[in-house]
Amino acid sequence: MKLISLNINGLPVEVEEGTTLLEAARAYGVNIPTLCHDDGLSSYGACRLCVVEIGPPGKSKMVSSCTYRCEDGLEVRTHSAKIMKTRAMMLELLVSSSPQSKTIQDLASAHGMTKQRFRPEHEDCILCGLCIRMCAEQMMSSAIGFVGRGPNRRITTAFDEVSEVCRRCGGCMYICPVCMSRCHGPDEEATLCNACLNFSPSCVAVYDDVQCWMPPECGTCVRPEGDYLPATGRLATEES
Amino acid sequence: MTGKIRSVSELHEFQASLKEELQGDRTVITLCAGPGCAASGADNVAKAFRKHIEEMGLTDQVTFKCTGCHGFCALAPVVAIDPAGYCYEGVKQADVKDILERTIIGGEVIEKLLYVDPETGEPVLYEKDIPFYKHQDRILLAENRQIDPDRLEDFLAIDGYSALAKVLDEMSSEDVIQAILDSGLRGRGGAGFPTGLKWQIAHQQTAEPKYIVCNADEGDPGAFMDRGIIEGNPHRVIEGMCIGARAIGANQGFVYVRYEYPIAVQRINQAVDQAREAGLLGENILGSDFSFDLKVVMGAGAFVCGEETALIASLEGKKGEPVQRPPFPVESGYRGKPTVINNVESWTCVPHVIGKGAEWFSSIGSEGSKGTKIFSLVGKVKNTGLVEVPMGTTIRKIVYDIGGGVPNGKSFKAIQTGGPAGGCLPEDLIDLPIDFEALTKAGTIMGSGGLIVMDESTCMVDVARYFTRFLEEESCGKCYSCRKGTQRMRELLDDICEGKGTLDHLDLLEELGETVNNASMCGLGQNAANPVLSTLRYFRHEYEAHITEHRCSAGVCAALIRYFIQEELCDGCHACSKVCPVEAISGEKDLEHEIDPDVCITCGSCIEVCPTDAIIIVSGSGEEA
Ligand SMILES: Cc1cc2nc3c(=O)[nH]c(=O)nc-3n(C[C@H](O)[C@H](O)[C@H](O)COP(=O)(O)O)c2cc1C
Ligand code: SF4
Ligand code: SF4
Ligand code: SF4
Ligand code: SF4
Ligand code: FES
Ligand code: FES
Repeated sequence: MKLISLNINGLPVEVEEGTTLLEAARAYGVNIPTLCHDDGLSSYGACRLCVVEIGPPGKSKMVSSCTYRCEDGLEVRTHSAKIMKTRAMMLELLVSSSPQSKTIQDLASAHGMTKQRFRPEHEDCILCGLCIRMCAEQMMSSAIGFVGRGPNRRITTAFDEVSEVCRRCGGCMYICPVCMSRCHGPDEEATLCNACLNFSPSCVAVYDDVQCWMPPECGTCVRPEGDYLPATGRLATEES
Repeated sequence: MTGKIRSVSELHEFQASLKEELQGDRTVITLCAGPGCAASGADNVAKAFRKHIEEMGLTDQVTFKCTGCHGFCALAPVVAIDPAGYCYEGVKQADVKDILERTIIGGEVIEKLLYVDPETGEPVLYEKDIPFYKHQDRILLAENRQIDPDRLEDFLAIDGYSALAKVLDEMSSEDVIQAILDSGLRGRGGAGFPTGLKWQIAHQQTAEPKYIVCNADEGDPGAFMDRGIIEGNPHRVIEGMCIGARAIGANQGFVYVRYEYPIAVQRINQAVDQAREAGLLGENILGSDFSFDLKVVMGAGAFVCGEETALIASLEGKKGEPVQRPPFPVESGYRGKPTVINNVESWTCVPHVIGKGAEWFSSIGSEGSKGTKIFSLVGKVKNTGLVEVPMGTTIRKIVYDIGGGVPNGKSFKAIQTGGPAGGCLPEDLIDLPIDFEALTKAGTIMGSGGLIVMDESTCMVDVARYFTRFLEEESCGKCYSCRKGTQRMRELLDDICEGKGTLDHLDLLEELGETVNNASMCGLGQNAANPVLSTLRYFRHEYEAHITEHRCSAGVCAALIRYFIQEELCDGCHACSKVCPVEAISGEKDLEHEIDPDVCITCGSCIEVCPTDAIIIVSGSGEEA
């Protein structure tokens, strides 16, 4: 295996050919925030939080470290002033549009964000594509994918119909950084809260009146097996 | 066509006989049937010519042909008469008989069909003397005028495919690549990457098979350079691609055309069939050991599919979405194999470089940008059309000498270059030479060559908003910076246009714009803030006037303007109150009228009908906009 030598934040590093900048940085203990990356899935490059600067100062450009492969002699800066400013703006965009995501709120706090200047929105999906890759690469299903572009881009099943290849595994919801907000944990007194049993998932509103793109009979994320109304997809407790 | 041409010498013989047959001493009437002229009734004019030539028994004397765009579309439909070199403009069906009787038979010029030079007021007899043409250097476009794009014979008669023959006969791959490198040709699709270098890298790749692609996606609104070439001269593109394929060792190529160009699709398909039949495509081209074939693929009409990695995804039948480069398509493109993608105009330059030599090509243009470039000149300019000039020509020359300046006595305000993701340059920069370096330095881009002229009636904030909205809708949506960033920029611009902006909006726009350009993956996102950043750089005062004075000096932003009747000019004729759709105008007959700004919907109907020009648009604290 060929070794590649490069320089990350002034530190000479050596990695195997084909390693991404993100993997190299992490291997050497440099933490780069990510939102659309997962070690078990292919890289996609949607959230742009993992951007780093490559090339000598003055002639540098930004690339997403999760998709860019290490090159011999490359000069990489992961936390330059320019990068920190860009990441802060990306987080400001994310927080202003999906404030309900705990993952995003946590990242914003970690970056010391105290204000956001855009008109607040509540979008249930940041189109990071993690669910699609989870479904295709780990669940071998490819039940969901992107359609449309620009403001019309969304995630759905083929032809917006109940998917025949979906395994109802819930892998997509498990990995979603925006749906994760649905668990606020038990309250102070209790160790087990079960609040999620009565909580609708807050991720994408795509499929009929159910808030995820999965067919109504799924509901994997919010209830024990069998305890649902197939006709409406709502929980029995909601129906009365 | 007489079947396959089996060798280079056979090609030359055939070309010579065609030249004899087609040119000789016949009079040639050339009608432009390009997009602009077709829209002005060229089809009927063509029918009339065919009918009358037949009826008047002129078939032996006269060759009539319909060609692609000549360039000066503002004169549509255009007829040129050779060898005299006359040019008639705005030709109608009814003029046809006259032209044949008086000009062709009688040898007389019909003055009313001549172009009148607005400077001198004199009619211009010869096409070459029309200022629009006189100040251009037409190398690629000149051929449009010489050939009927439906006929391979016409193309062969102007020595078409001779450059390919030269390559097959006497040049190695390395020679061809060296010639393209020496010529200094840079890609015409936007980024300006040296074409020779791209080919060299592709040539060095060991993976097989290799592919080449012609990018004819041309998604910029208002741009039609590539369409002009494909519709007018499709074989030149094919010849260029054959040469490229030979140089890098490819046997299969694709032409990716947007489906909104049905005529271009038909022409290129027809030309591919003709070339195949003539042995200029397919197995053992011109009897050599070189085999190459082309497939025409239709694009689905997304702007982003013109980006090379998205284009490849689309060719492979996937969703047209850009991916990380490197690896570049020359290393790993179509089906993971080395793929050279070049723009239509780049391919069209290739046979000229090979035919006339690298030195000839590099003698044209500026230091870092060689050759000529075709621009589509549109907007608030008198002479709209396709313009071909050496790289490094100044904006002034293009807008004034060629374009004839701004019409209706208005003044020049800005020029937008580079398509939707380009930027706007102010009057101060009118002497800027247009080439890759100069435009980038000024904060805009060459793009594929769209030029939109704007006059004083254009609001720069509104322009920025228009292009930002276009990019918002055309972003593939993958990068959060591009998708969300364009949406947020557009919202901030909406606020400003609606009078709800603050000075903080401007800082935020600038900060956000930088992030959008820096953090996005492909050329769309990386330039998506150009409309905003360039107008902020050169027209900040206009933004500030919108914010602090609620004033839109161009009178465009509906929320910031009022229609106002100047009492001293108003005759009280009722013309305005009759047309006002919302009864916003009050006033007794013969007494001055008044507009209630709370009721007025700023439709502009009244201003058009007022006989005394008493109605004006005011903005801010009451100044006329
Ligand atoms: C959003 C976007 C749209 C593009 N559209 C086109 C296009 O319509 N035609 C084109 O030739 N190149 C287009 N390009 C440039 C191509 O990616 C590529 O650089 C070009 O086709 C390479 O050919 P060239 O080297 O001959 O210019 C576009 C690029 C981007 C980022
Ligand atoms: S639940 Fe269905 S859509 Fe979601 S990951 Fe599993 S198979 Fe894919
Ligand atoms: S649903 Fe969740 S995981 Fe899927 S794209 Fe949207 S935010 Fe990402
Ligand atoms: S920059 Fe925009 S168009 Fe390009 S890949 Fe990213 S989202 Fe898509
Ligand atoms: S601009 Fe239209 S709505 Fe306003 S006063 Fe004139 S006609 Fe009426
Ligand atoms: S983690 Fe790299 S772009 Fe999202
Ligand atoms: S279309 Fe006829 S001159 Fe352009």
